[in-house]
Amino acid sequence: MKHSGSRSPRHPGHLTRRSLLASAALLITTGGTRARVVTKVLPWDPNEAYPVVPVKPGGYLFFSAAEAAAVDAIVDRLIPTDELGPGAKDSGVTTFIDRQLMGPFGGHDWLYMQGPFAAAPLPSQGLQSSLTPRQQYRQGLAALESYCKTSFGGRDFVQLNADEQDKLLAGMEKGEVTLPNFSSKMLFAAIHANTLEGYFADPIYGGNRDMAGWKLVGFPGVRYDYRDVIEKPNQAYTLPPVGMQGRPAWGAR
Amino acid sequence: MRWRSAILFAALAVIGGAKADPDNYVIARRGRALAIAGDCVACHTAPGGTPLAGGLALATPFGVIMTPNITPDDATGIGRWTKAEFARAMHEGRGRNGAYLYPAFPYPYFAKVTREDTDAIFDYLRTLDPVSNAVNRRTLPFPFSVRALMIGWNSLFFKPGPFVPDPQHSPEFNRGAYLVEGLGHCGACHTPMNAFGANKADQFLQGNRIDEWTAPDITNDQQSGLGKWSVDEVVQYLKNGQTRTTTASGPMRDVVEHSTSKMSEADLRAIAVYLKERGAAGGPVPASVPASDPRMQVGEAIFVDTCSACHTRNGAGVEHLFPRLADNAIVRQSDPTTLVRIILTGVRGAGTDVFPTSPAMPSFGYRLDDNQVAAVVTYIRNSWGNTASPVDAELVKTLRSHVAGPVERSAAQ
Amino acid sequence: MVRRLPRKDVVIVGLGWTGSILAYELSRTGLEVVAIERGPWRDTATDFNIGTAPDELRYAVRHDIFLRPKQETLTMRNNPSQTALPIRKWGSFLPGNGVGGAGVHWNGQTWRFLPDDFRIRSHMLERYGEGIFPENHHIQDWPVSYDELEPYYDKFEYLAGISGKAGNVKGRIQPGGNPFEGARDRDYPTPPMRQGYAQELFTKAASGLGLHPFPRPSANISVAYTNPYGCSMAPCTYCGFCERFGCANYSKASPQTCVLPVLVRQPTFEARTECEVTKVNLAGDGKTATGVTYVDAAGEEWEQPADVVLVCAYALFNVRLLLLSGIGKPYDPASNEGVVGRNYAYQTGSGSTAFFEDAKFNSFAAAGSLGVAADDYNSDNFDHGPHGFVGGASITSAHTNGRPIQFHPTPQGTPNWGSQWKKAVRDTYQRVTSVGAQGSVMSYRNNYLDLDPTYKDPLGRPLMRMTFDYQDNERKMANWMADRCDEVAKAMGAKTTQVNRLVGPWSVVPYQSTHNTGGAVMGSDPKTSVLNRYLQSWDVSNVFVMGASAFPQNAGYNPTGTVGALTYWSLDAIKKYLKSPGPLVQL
Repeated sequence: MKHSGSRSPRHPGHLTRRSLLASAALLITTGGTRARVVTKVLPWDPNEAYPVVPVKPGGYLFFSAAEAAAVDAIVDRLIPTDELGPGAKDSGVTTFIDRQLMGPFGGHDWLYMQGPFAAAPLPSQGLQSSLTPRQQYRQGLAALESYCKTSFGGRDFVQLNADEQDKLLAGMEKGEVTLPNFSSKMLFAAIHANTLEGYFADPIYGGNRDMAGWKLVGFPGVRYDYRDVIEKPNQAYTLPPVGMQGRPAWGAR
Repeated sequence: MRWRSAILFAALAVIGGAKADPDNYVIARRGRALAIAGDCVACHTAPGGTPLAGGLALATPFGVIMTPNITPDDATGIGRWTKAEFARAMHEGRGRNGAYLYPAFPYPYFAKVTREDTDAIFDYLRTLDPVSNAVNRRTLPFPFSVRALMIGWNSLFFKPGPFVPDPQHSPEFNRGAYLVEGLGHCGACHTPMNAFGANKADQFLQGNRIDEWTAPDITNDQQSGLGKWSVDEVVQYLKNGQTRTTTASGPMRDVVEHSTSKMSEADLRAIAVYLKERGAAGGPVPASVPASDPRMQVGEAIFVDTCSACHTRNGAGVEHLFPRLADNAIVRQSDPTTLVRIILTGVRGAGTDVFPTSPAMPSFGYRLDDNQVAAVVTYIRNSWGNTASPVDAELVKTLRSHVAGPVERSAAQ
Repeated sequence: MVRRLPRKDVVIVGLGWTGSILAYELSRTGLEVVAIERGPWRDTATDFNIGTAPDELRYAVRHDIFLRPKQETLTMRNNPSQTALPIRKWGSFLPGNGVGGAGVHWNGQTWRFLPDDFRIRSHMLERYGEGIFPENHHIQDWPVSYDELEPYYDKFEYLAGISGKAGNVKGRIQPGGNPFEGARDRDYPTPPMRQGYAQELFTKAASGLGLHPFPRPSANISVAYTNPYGCSMAPCTYCGFCERFGCANYSKASPQTCVLPVLVRQPTFEARTECEVTKVNLAGDGKTATGVTYVDAAGEEWEQPADVVLVCAYALFNVRLLLLSGIGKPYDPASNEGVVGRNYAYQTGSGSTAFFEDAKFNSFAAAGSLGVAADDYNSDNFDHGPHGFVGGASITSAHTNGRPIQFHPTPQGTPNWGSQWKKAVRDTYQRVTSVGAQGSVMSYRNNYLDLDPTYKDPLGRPLMRMTFDYQDNERKMANWMADRCDEVAKAMGAKTTQVNRLVGPWSVVPYQSTHNTGGAVMGSDPKTSVLNRYLQSWDVSNVFVMGASAFPQNAGYNPTGTVGALTYWSLDAIKKYLKSPGPLVQL
């Protein structure tokens, strides 16, 4: 008499075994896992869910202190703290990026990274670089620092004033700045994209602290039920935003 | 006593091969229906094992008991038993060689089954293919391994004797009584127990905590029992596994899927009539927790943010999927164990041919800490027509350590 | 070393919408059916847990439940003169993975093609003459008609509980519905969704311009519903986490909500997940399939013999499997011969973004198929004579989400960062909406699929190569539609609008649509089709191939409704085949 067996156990403290499994080549490297056969009953085990592990802020796992300081300074210009509220730096975006780089995103683990890598791809062919985000940040930030020291009389990016930083970033955005051995456009694009992600992603990932990004635009988060909003078109939504870890009204954890 | 914490899945009953005597077909068929009503397969089948071939480990407070093989195998099953010996086991709790059986086998209830019916069940079992499965029947540690201790237990807690219909009630009521008090052995789970593992006869069907589940009050009580259910709703629950206020889950899911959903409508109706007409016996309704209470405030915020997308803002739920929490006796049990537990671990409801979806409540153990679970359950128990005792974070903490998975346990830190 | 398993009656490659439907309908008759799916099992409460599902970073940005390009991707180029390179990270389209397939993470827009769409070649020729057709086109009539498919559209709509308002019941036009749609026998199974503020404005504006707006048919359903299989669904709560996400509360039609609960109960059905079918095996003469070979999660190879092979692996991967298995002659654009990979098509998108002085659109209160559409410019519902293009588009006002990582619009000219950007994002978020046109793509000689000569998957097999670009015809049509959208946007009361045109070569980078069609098209002539009108392979008569790979070209609608209808239509033929094996269409 067949019935479905129990599921793979979850690893505490990691993305689950199944998502790791899916991220591997699904082949010989996965060591001993067979098919999961389903017959007769819908599979179900208690406690089965696949939450992400909440980021614990404090310290950096990837960035050196100098790198973190540089990223802090960059993201602070990209989304500054101003009268509209906290910006990227104060919202923990550097922590977000740091933790992302330590996960599968950081190594492009889920992407197709087999060669050959074309030297001159068409723009319509998209991402063709062999560099992973970890490499982009490590090499790109080093190149940036080298450039700054050379071009700004020995000063780091962090030591430039806001105007200088803005001008430099604008040039990098257009690809008009030539960093040593690294594309300024690639570095800018990477940091800019990750900044937006960190500012607007669920706070569980380390950024968007206190849901500052969501409060800026009025995005209520993960409440999952807006029938009341549809009932009242063109009216302000007043409930505070909520994330996957809740909100202050849920009581302190 | 019946402890089912070892059960993860109950196998489906399968009718065995053609060993039936053609003359006994009608009786064997009746016996099969009775075996379904008694849900023999739930205990007498090991996970992944052949139905009724025994080998399930029942965890009791006194140790583990392995259920015997009741297929007609000569060496390891009941192949050599006689009808009379089978009846004695059912009626007196005595094995073939006179050994005392433990009341993990609910003979105090089966004592009420008529001789005619035990004979029919026996005839049915003998139509099954004999399966060789030698089960170790001596697993309890000393002194509980001394079966003669049951003499004392029986003298205190077991009154043998057949079912006696009550002339004050209809035949339908008495049919229901016969089923519930006998083969159905509902009281084994739904009645509180004393320290010796015996059901407290004076609190029959008033609810019980078993295996970290709340087997609810199934008297006709308004606050915590079936008082607001109609007879039809009781029948529907047993037949299809769901009503507006509840979907059979946990141990009842197995009971519905393998037993009651396969019983005749007439028998289910009789059970419903009996349960509704035998009276209410609940405790006093506690004081409600006011909306201003901090636990209610926190609970409401959590409910709005994560529960209402299924159970709706006013607790109305959605038919066939999400139980109505408003004015719901299940929510108001004096023991909130089930509510807390299903929030921590999630739960899957019964799937039947009529309603196959078997909707599942997601697990929240990873997401809510003990205070938050206590708050939201307190809120639900005191909203939309419900009044019940608040829930303590300590209860959540203890239950979590028993039922939650590794990720969920970390949420408690 | 390959191990051979005991024979089954039917083996199904892929357990998405089409695989689930066929698996249930065939196993319930007592046939031994096994479905082999390379992704994992997925279910609502576990995989789309309400506390983990609404995670934009994980699902919308990092693509957690989609196929990982590492496992399989395609190479792409715009035309045969270029070298194709791998799509290393999904962008333009997002293929699914796992049980439920794209049925898990789709938006739920569920359309019927129009009657003219099924005979677009003949129709356009009759009405406009040969000159209307674009250069190098491969436009073909379908081998089925709308009328033949009507009962099967109905079946799929009732399976999924589609919420909508019929526009033409038995020939009588119904107010509030789409007056252009083909006649249907009865209304949708559930009423239309409640719409948002932008849709209110659009309805007024479009009506005022003489268009005929109607609520878009939606698989995010409006009321509690139990389908004919007995599976239950709940009403949509407008959570705004629809496309790219699994639904946490049973309110989006998917194999999980609509089919799997009854499918799994069938005693003769078995699902094997995390197993990748690598090949359909053929007998020595190449005319019969003997079953499939698959690789399990431990890397071991197994052979599953079967009497019938149903290829339900998604349009693109269907084509690749046929190429790798040697079923049908591969298409070569240089000689214009062969059929497998021929007539690949896609979808156009264009429109107008509308910025309002004052509004609270609340885009976060959204559903994948929330929206109001007008079909006045779709198919041949208007006079193409003056315009010089074929094809058409639905004009729609919709919000599928307001998730801020990917939705934070600013007016043209706003810097991309800094305090000015921040203020513009803040000011614009509630005051912006759009009118979009989703349009048809014809098939062409040089838009096709074949096997890449260089790049391989982890098993060492060649990736499929996609050669595709929008042609002048599509650009003209899409940009004309963009102007129509702009007219409506202005009429809605926008302070400023920004027209979004189809410019430049097709790029894999920005998301556009996952409506990949063609490559294994159905037809009446084996020289220009892979399948006959029953989706049966011309070459190997016990192989049937489901999915939008069967479309000879794409119409101005999402494909799933038609994919579902074709599945039920083919099912009848598969049952006939099982009674009496052989080609169902004699030439």
